[in-house]
Amino acid sequence: MKTRPLSPHLQIWRWGPHMLVSILHRATGDGMALVGLGVLVWWLGALASGPEAYATFQAAMGSPIGLVVLVGLSWAFFTHLMSGLRHFVLDIGAGYELTTNRFWSIASPAIAVLLTMAFWAVMLTK
Amino acid sequence: MGNGTSIGRVRGLGSAHHGAHHWLVQRTTAIGNVVLMAWLLISFVMLGDFGYDSVTKWLTQPVAAVPMILLVISLFWHARLGLQVVTEDYVHDTGTKFAVLSALNLATIGGGAFAIFSVAALAFGGQA
Repeated sequence: MKTRPLSPHLQIWRWGPHMLVSILHRATGDGMALVGLGVLVWWLGALASGPEAYATFQAAMGSPIGLVVLVGLSWAFFTHLMSGLRHFVLDIGAGYELTTNRFWSIASPAIAVLLTMAFWAVMLTK
Repeated sequence: MGNGTSIGRVRGLGSAHHGAHHWLVQRTTAIGNVVLMAWLLISFVMLGDFGYDSVTKWLTQPVAAVPMILLVISLFWHARLGLQVVTEDYVHDTGTKFAVLSALNLATIGGGAFAIFSVAALAFGGQA
């Protein structure tokens, strides 16, 4: 028998969609907690502080970097939403069959990308 | 703890029995986030104009201020629970873990309180 590591790290496992959706859930959650809540607090604080503070916020969010942050946050939200809904299904004990599990592991982040594009399409064409 | 008998040596070393509560609150706040974020994104689409006058006119109404305050509570609570799990996964030193979790509590309660106060200040008409 070959010598195998008892507790392999991420680099040793062969990547599969289930691992991707799992780490995406954590990464997008952390991203929104650290960046998204900051933007939310800034937005509400700027509104309460008056038109000048709000103009500063708008200028920052309207800049190329700001738009990347906003689009990134919307993608993170839809990705976390879809993998979160997947977790609700898993929580009730459903969706563990290998093919079903694999399908939704790929579908959740894919649907999230479509939702992100749909959201911005509606926002920008309104 | 521990009087030398086999049961005495292990008593108190098991689960703190708070895990189920943490798990459940993470789900209830997740449901809150789904409902309230749907409201926020639909409001954004319907709002269209993100100028100061347009946004304040919308947010000072009770039907917008109340869900916004609830959203802040639900999001910050959910984020606090999520970051707690990440911390517990990767920060193993007891002292450092205590410091990180304390900082997390300060940041989420402080940020949440600031956001709620901002909405309330707008809604009650006083410029903070």
